[in-house]
Amino acid sequence: MNTPTNLKYAQSDEWFDPANGAVGITDYAQNQLSDIVFVEILVEEGDSIEAGKPIASIESVKASSEIYAPASGKVSAVNKALADKPETLNSDPFGAGWMIKIEGSASDSLIDSTAYEAHCASRNH
Amino acid sequence: MATIVEPTIFELSAPGRRGVTMPASDVPETALPPQDLLRSELPLPELAEVDVVRHYMRLSKFNYNVDAGFYPLGSCTMKYNPKINEDTCRLPGFLYTHPLQPIETVQGNLVLMYEMQEWLKEISGFAGVTLQPAAGAQGEFSGVLMMRAYHKMRGDEKRIKMLIPDAAHGTNPASVGMLGMSVVTIPSDERGNVDLKALSAACDDTVVGMMLTNPNTLGMFDEHVEKVIELVHGCGGLMYGDGANLNALLGIVRPGDLGFDVMHFNLHKTFSVPHGGGGPGCGPVGVGPKLVDFLPAPLVGIIEEESEDVPPLYGFVTPKHSIGRMKAFHGHFGGGLVRAYTYIAMHGPDGLKDIAQYAVLNANYLQARLRDTYHIPFDRICMHEFVMEGQFEGSPIRALDISKRLMDYNFHPPTNYFPLIVHEALMIEPTETENKDTLDRFVEALIKIAEEAKTQPELLQNAPNDTLFGRMDEVKAARELVLCCWLPEDYEKIK
Repeated sequence: MNTPTNLKYAQSDEWFDPANGAVGITDYAQNQLSDIVFVEILVEEGDSIEAGKPIASIESVKASSEIYAPASGKVSAVNKALADKPETLNSDPFGAGWMIKIEGSASDSLIDSTAYEAHCASRNH
Repeated sequence: MATIVEPTIFELSAPGRRGVTMPASDVPETALPPQDLLRSELPLPELAEVDVVRHYMRLSKFNYNVDAGFYPLGSCTMKYNPKINEDTCRLPGFLYTHPLQPIETVQGNLVLMYEMQEWLKEISGFAGVTLQPAAGAQGEFSGVLMMRAYHKMRGDEKRIKMLIPDAAHGTNPASVGMLGMSVVTIPSDERGNVDLKALSAACDDTVVGMMLTNPNTLGMFDEHVEKVIELVHGCGGLMYGDGANLNALLGIVRPGDLGFDVMHFNLHKTFSVPHGGGGPGCGPVGVGPKLVDFLPAPLVGIIEEESEDVPPLYGFVTPKHSIGRMKAFHGHFGGGLVRAYTYIAMHGPDGLKDIAQYAVLNANYLQARLRDTYHIPFDRICMHEFVMEGQFEGSPIRALDISKRLMDYNFHPPTNYFPLIVHEALMIEPTETENKDTLDRFVEALIKIAEEAKTQPELLQNAPNDTLFGRMDEVKAARELVLCCWLPEDYEKIK
């Protein structure tokens, strides 16, 4: 499992990059979901969003899942390419699979990579 | 890529072949409707009757069904459907009646419906039953409509939240969403019960009620169900029971007695109406005293009491505050109600209790024999089903691979990836109809597969290997939503 140390993580399996405000789902999340077949980003550029509120909906061959904002602020970019290539979330969750960028402040509940890895391990059984 | 082993009916077509010969016209000729109202062509296949029969006979042999083998699809209660049901539902008096016939001419049908309402009341402990809803999900929708109507009638209009456990069927939040209410998810505790602390915190005066499946989708009977109901009632909410798992309770526990206010039945699960492509569902709803006046209309009732030598007259009645009609006519009468009525009549009260006990015994037998091979996260005495993990430490094998490999052993796979609270979930419901030999063969296959997962994982990852078609491309099926086969003109091109 890949867990970059420069990112912050939500217990609900989103990552947030404090350097550029990018948001996505973690490697653990994409692995649990397995093949992702549909992504709908529910917010648009310029929207004000609140940490913990849904920003996207994802469907895989196993399940459908809501994605929650790990930060509050203004949406500065949306990755429109994902709609046609949802499999990017599987192949490159921390790179080309970014979902939106947020200008604003990270939720206080975010944790670092070590704590997130422990959180994932605790859920494996 | 699988080989096409049976052409489509269009590919079998040849110009001029006929299955029927039309008799000479014995009515005067009339002009056709205007040309623009007519199709330019209607490309129907042309075949003799024998070719049609053989085509569908061959296709039917490709199918795996409950008449062909074990079908442990969790939460679906794929029990064997007794063949006597097929006789009764084809009796002419049931088959050749119309829902708009005068009631005096269909008294037999109405008696059957009336008795069915009474029997379901007795089985569930409820005060009233509607037979109308077309399937379980519509039953849920009807139930939630009644809950809303109840609060509205009392002027209690700020109730907008429905409490739903994280183990619930997806139809529960969907039914609630259809009515514009919001869903509050209640987590399960480590024993697979509703987490009482989280429930207490969520109970307030904006709660419509709670939707609880008991036993839940982990196959666990909630050990605090009475406390759960007390908490929901305590904040003024109503208690909805998802009756999908009623098979485990027949003759033992009545949801109405536990304090549930409303519950749908799945006649196509518990009462042996065919389903899963075999026929329409059937989702009657039972309600307690608080909701009995809100039931959908019409119900079947006695509209003239019997007098000397004259039997009672059965007809339709409308509850005082009825939410209205849920479906045209009276529910799935012949295909659903007559079969379920037959099933209940054939078993009787003691037989129904046997059903629940054997269903629970069979599930516990499987769980006990598989416990050492597969991880069972909520490991205690189960009801009619249980959930295990389809993954092994340090192995790339997933639940889906195990399910696909089971097909090579000629078993239908269990439910995969549900409930969501179990990793790589395999949800197994054997039902009461399976004997010990079948259960043992199933266990042996699963133990062998666990061994194969260690020694020959590719055998699982490529499975099914011995079926007519190999591993389907599920990603492609989900992404490219093209269900239609080729159009007839496409066949012309490849001929």
